Amino acid sequence: MKKLDSSLKNMVIVLVSVALITGGLLAYVNHATEGPIQTQAEKTLADGIKTVMGGGNLEVTANDTVKQKINGKDFVFIIHKASQKGKEIGAAVESTTQGFGGDLKVLVGFNATGNILGYTILSTSETPGLGAKADKWFQKNGKGSIIGKNPAKGMLTVSKDGGEVDAITASTITSRAFLKAVNQAYSAYSQKSVDGNSGASKQVKKG
Amino acid sequence: MKYIKILMNGLIKENPTFVLLLGMCPTLATTTSAINGLSMGLATMFVLICSNFAISCIKDVTPDKVRIPVFVVVIAAFVSILQMLIKAYTPELDKSLGIYIPLIVVNCIILGRAEAFACKNTPLNSIFDGIGIGLGFTCALTLLGTVRELLGAGSVFGVVLFPETVNILLFILPPGAFITLGYLIAIVNKIKKA
Repeated sequence: MKKLDSSLKNMVIVLVSVALITGGLLAYVNHATEGPIQTQAEKTLADGIKTVMGGGNLEVTANDTVKQKINGKDFVFIIHKASQKGKEIGAAVESTTQGFGGDLKVLVGFNATGNILGYTILSTSETPGLGAKADKWFQKNGKGSIIGKNPAKGMLTVSKDGGEVDAITASTITSRAFLKAVNQAYSAYSQKSVDGNSGASKQVKKG
Repeated sequence: MKYIKILMNGLIKENPTFVLLLGMCPTLATTTSAINGLSMGLATMFVLICSNFAISCIKDVTPDKVRIPVFVVVIAAFVSILQMLIKAYTPELDKSLGIYIPLIVVNCIILGRAEAFACKNTPLNSIFDGIGIGLGFTCALTLLGTVRELLGAGSVFGVVLFPETVNILLFILPPGAFITLGYLIAIVNKIKKA
């Protein structure tokens, strides 16, 4: 078959039809994968909440979005309140800070008194092999465990800054960012519960 | 025989990474671990095979003056499909490679093969060229990732081999990518000469 001429008519017809066909194909795939992507995101979050709250049968009773101004910057926290057998046991808080390679998003579980029950990293762009170790390092059997600690009795800081948490080897920036995220999550959580008790909700926006 | 020749051409004689030095951005950025390199290679191979085939099929109805826009639309469509599939069915892969997948669109290997091979050859030959070049790219990325992970993190495919104290952190970081690539190209050239 001879190649089509590069006449204006041919070029317009070919470009438009290629665009239409690929557009249709993309719309179809988008439609087909929309459901699974949604389920996947929900499952990741639900699993995360379960892990950081210590497992067991949980029920998420409320998802509140809290906006806070820290050092002139707006931070958004999402607080998922969890209860077990009708009794409130605490909340899992989503918190984001700037890590070494980009945004570091963690989910931290607190019990009613503010003790850290667990955490999980939701998204990270930290260096693999270095900062990316944060997903295990601060866990219960990790070298810099923060489980059971309570930010109410003093902010969590790395030992280099006079704190009592061991930083990840050669990843002080990631460690600092991680602990900052945890501290901020706690402050959002504690303020939320205080506000909730007094009925005042100046800084609270229900999501 | 002809197909094997096309395959070997992509894998060894015109290996995109070690010989043509194409697609350096994903090569250097994603190979921080062996598994990342392997997945990136396979993702690129998928797009390359699909786009080579599609472009070869439509080469006769594509006027010369608009061939590049048409190729880019075809490639971008396959990349978007791949990205949606990865998001939906392999969230783990999405977590580690998420930001690099859209970059496959501008990976010069794919447009390069469309120009140099697919628009001049039959669809079947183009598929084999896609497999060959894709395999070459995958092998190169996996090799690079393995070396960097071994030296930088003391593990291969996540299996720890050396204690943390003997790791050379530099190899995980960007400079390590350039150093490793340089040495690997030197070794490949040496072997080819012998």
